[in-house]
Amino acid sequence: MALKSINRDEQSFLKGIDWVTVVLYLVLVAAGAVSIYAASYDYDNASIFSFDEFSGKQIRWIGLSLVLGLMLLLVDARIYETYAYPIYLLVLLVMVVTIFIAPDIKGSRSWLVIGPMSLQPAEFGKFATALALAKLFSGYNFSLSASTSNYMKALAIILVPFVLILAQKETGSALVYLSLFFVLYREGMSGLVLVAAVTAVVIFVVAIKYTSTMILGIPSGEFWVFVLVMLLMTGMLAIYCKRVTVARNVAAGFAGSGILVWLLGLMGLHVPGLAYFGVALGGATIYCVVELMRFYSRKIVITLGAVATAVAFLFSVNFVFGSVLEPYQQMRIKVALGIEEDLRGFGYNVNQSKIAIGSGGLNGKGFLQGTQTKLKYVPEQHTDFIFCTIGEEQGFVGTAGVLVTFLILILRVITLAERQPTTFGRVYSYCVASYLILHLGINIGMVIGLCPVIGIPLPFFSYGGSSLWGFTFLIFIMLRIDAARHQRR
Amino acid sequence: MRKDYNLEKRKYIIGGFAFVIVVIFLIRLFNLQINDDRYKSYADNNAFLKKTIYPSRGLMYDRNGELIVYNQPAYDVMMIPREVQAFDTLDFCKTINITPEQLRQRFADMRDPRQNPGYSSYTPQKLITHLSAQDYGRLQEKLYRYPGFYIQKRILRQYNHSTAANVLGNIREVSPQDIERDPYYQRGDYCGDLGVEKSYDEYLRGVKGVEILIRDANGRIQGRYADGARDVAPVSGRNLKLSLDYELQQYAESLMVNKIGAVVAIEPETGEILCMVSSPTYDPMRLVGRQRGEQYKQLRNDELKPLFDRSLMGAYPPGSTFKPGQGLILLEEDIVNLQTVYPCHGGFISGGLKVGCHGHGSPIPLKPALQTSCNAYFCWGLKTMLDNRRSKYGSAANAFEVWKNHLVSLGYGYKLGVDLPGEGRGFIPNAKFYNKIYGEGRWSANTIISVAIGQGEILATPLQICNLGVSIANRGWFITPHVVKEIEDTVLPEQYTTKRYPTIEKRHFEDVAEGMRMAVTGGTCRLANLPDIEVCGKTGTAQNPHGKDHSAFLGFAPYRDPKIVVCAYVENAGFGATFGVPIGSLIIEKYLKREIAPERKYLEQRMLESNTIIYSGVKKH
Repeated sequence: MALKSINRDEQSFLKGIDWVTVVLYLVLVAAGAVSIYAASYDYDNASIFSFDEFSGKQIRWIGLSLVLGLMLLLVDARIYETYAYPIYLLVLLVMVVTIFIAPDIKGSRSWLVIGPMSLQPAEFGKFATALALAKLFSGYNFSLSASTSNYMKALAIILVPFVLILAQKETGSALVYLSLFFVLYREGMSGLVLVAAVTAVVIFVVAIKYTSTMILGIPSGEFWVFVLVMLLMTGMLAIYCKRVTVARNVAAGFAGSGILVWLLGLMGLHVPGLAYFGVALGGATIYCVVELMRFYSRKIVITLGAVATAVAFLFSVNFVFGSVLEPYQQMRIKVALGIEEDLRGFGYNVNQSKIAIGSGGLNGKGFLQGTQTKLKYVPEQHTDFIFCTIGEEQGFVGTAGVLVTFLILILRVITLAERQPTTFGRVYSYCVASYLILHLGINIGMVIGLCPVIGIPLPFFSYGGSSLWGFTFLIFIMLRIDAARHQRR
Repeated sequence: MRKDYNLEKRKYIIGGFAFVIVVIFLIRLFNLQINDDRYKSYADNNAFLKKTIYPSRGLMYDRNGELIVYNQPAYDVMMIPREVQAFDTLDFCKTINITPEQLRQRFADMRDPRQNPGYSSYTPQKLITHLSAQDYGRLQEKLYRYPGFYIQKRILRQYNHSTAANVLGNIREVSPQDIERDPYYQRGDYCGDLGVEKSYDEYLRGVKGVEILIRDANGRIQGRYADGARDVAPVSGRNLKLSLDYELQQYAESLMVNKIGAVVAIEPETGEILCMVSSPTYDPMRLVGRQRGEQYKQLRNDELKPLFDRSLMGAYPPGSTFKPGQGLILLEEDIVNLQTVYPCHGGFISGGLKVGCHGHGSPIPLKPALQTSCNAYFCWGLKTMLDNRRSKYGSAANAFEVWKNHLVSLGYGYKLGVDLPGEGRGFIPNAKFYNKIYGEGRWSANTIISVAIGQGEILATPLQICNLGVSIANRGWFITPHVVKEIEDTVLPEQYTTKRYPTIEKRHFEDVAEGMRMAVTGGTCRLANLPDIEVCGKTGTAQNPHGKDHSAFLGFAPYRDPKIVVCAYVENAGFGATFGVPIGSLIIEKYLKREIAPERKYLEQRMLESNTIIYSGVKKH
């Protein structure tokens, strides 16, 4: 009887497994193994299975992660939900311990050395945090917007590992946890937060990048940020507050005063930029306050707050850039924004990586034929810069293939998330999707020179057991939860 | 289970975000990988160290197979700055025999963008050039101690005889302009400069080979690319056989010592230049190796202009050597026939104008006029041609154009096309030229009468003068003169094997040749009258603004079936008979008999010992 029920269970879970995801996972892992073999191939070439070689070691890691994946599928789905918090706390504890006992490797204290293996607890923190977050949201009648304390709890779950990893001096891995704001957004957080984040990034980039030319006596970057703030104010009044008349009047005021200033400039009378924007934005604010006094609207208050915050942020950008960021981070940002080239120093990695990818052409140079990667011109080419090998040896066909496969995987994960009958399953799956989006965006963005250099691995591709295992945990727990979605609870 | 459909729509925002990122990345990748070709060459420049293998430059032989120019190895010390590690500077300097200060200076020069615009720490840079064989040997033994340094084998020219520097030319490192002009060249290559080295550079230089090495990010050589399958072996330059007779060249140069001027001898049947002397000359060895720059400067600043090849760049008044050409034109245009006589009472006298002449019978026809170099005859001839209003030409200007065109067909006025760089074109005025000076229709034969005797505006290179002799010797044709007889494994360019026919009938050449023969047997060139060779000749005594008259001689021999045409032109040396004739006739004798008859030894001696530079004053060209 018992045997019979196990049999039925097994049948049902094999049937319930989302094979699309499994195949995508296997494809990416296999492509990753091939890339690592190519990236670490030496002219005095050693055997592919020599465990001393990167590729040999990686194959061992892959074998182990397949076993791990199978084991994760065999565990009852309910276990993950039941033990979500204990798992989370255990991983946090390991991360705290790591800060103190980890050896210093290239300035980071994130590696836990266990016998022959080195593990990065931060990678395992991802699935643990996802479990904890899912558990929190699956609480009875939990709603993010219901109370501020709910927000605080969610933020705490995200920010504790974030801070611990920052303490391990792994800024990149810590940033990954911020991707969970996507999950919060999906679960009811206001979209304004995302808009604010995007606006902040745009203001930061524009203000930092365009400082060499002057418009109206202020750096052109500042000028355009002010214009952006004007657009933001008008847009929020129109779309967010749904006060089209007010928005129209404000827009007319901005446009009219702008044209006036321009005409005065043509006549030789130069209005100082700060004075103009101060008067224009100040006037618009006073107008909104007058409107507020007629009909109180919380949304207009928020809009005015956003405008004030944006202006304040603009003036603090230089302080943040100059004082909060480390010099190497400043350089990486400058290189990514194209402000400085520094091909021998901070720009070296990215320049060589662009050369490697760019020289691949449409079809690439062929497997093991890449000179940039074979001759070690690209540093970290088997870990963070593994995408170069694909670009150089497989060309645009290869890089587009990898990107599209990732996109399919992400969209598939979102589809799985949405088909979950439980909040736990949905939130967990969205966590997986969010991690994937951020890893993909930052890693490849960095390799092709669109982002500053932030050291995070490309999932399934970059050499290293921790990263692979971390994502294996994420994916296979999700698959197990998904497979159990029809079970009566 | 709650399901909030408003919130579910947010999956599109999140999925869309991922989609947009991937699309941005795809656009970026498309631009990097497909739209932009530069990265391919960046990657190749990173990975491949292309080491040039220099071919050996073609050798040069004289017409008798005597080796004249060959190669000697020289060694340049190269370095790739990025690969250089700390090394024992003192020992290094001692090994290659320079002082540490010199080494420091060299490093500084190498990094100076003005002196070395292409400097890169990734590419091979030249540190020391032309290492001697001993220094090379010592350095080779110790080279393993100096990573980043290597020795590049080079080729220097070596000369068996210190003759014919003006013809042979030399080699030098290419300039940025050379590199721009010819993509074959790269920095540090050598190319021909002056002479045959320049004009035949493409044959002589061969084709560079390349060895492709693979270099890793640390600059370490990882081996040969594709096991050398893409390497290219160098192709040696082609050897040249010059038409020069090196013995004759040497002899002519010795006769021209302490004289300023030129000697050109041509084998009429082939147009091959047998010797080509420009005096004063220099030892070609002076422009070899490390001292080249200094020596070149000295030569350039020398007041006697040894680098100026007078034989083909100098523009001289041809003087009476011009008269055979005049005779040809007058005959061809039917202005005179062999019976036409013109009076000469001490010269040409017309309308208050007098061109002096020497004592001889009067009136005389053409052949005796050539024999005695009668100025009056040729002045009357030109006057008849230009001033006869009822003539077929209609005007003096038209007649003059006809006259000029004949001269051009004889090789005057334009570059002949010799296979050497820098050839001058001389000068033959046309009617337009005189119209400009005197006004249209306001000049006549009397105005320009001195051109009739090769003076006035007329200028010619010694090569052009000699070439007139070739046309006469061949009785009506010449082949563009050239100094290269054969190019290994290929044929000469067609222009050096094709006959060119002046616009004058063959029979007239016969008459002029006879006149020139008479000049030797009983006229102005009697010193050239060799006992057993029938020499034909014409002297020239050219007035010039630089002082004493230039002494010139144009001759060929034997009268029947000529083997050599020679033009000797000595600046400020007086009558044609005093220097031109002896030098020209000695060269003819030397070439045809290989030795000088004892009774003419005194003449040889006089030429070898005399000095005419003293008459030249400060030279201006």
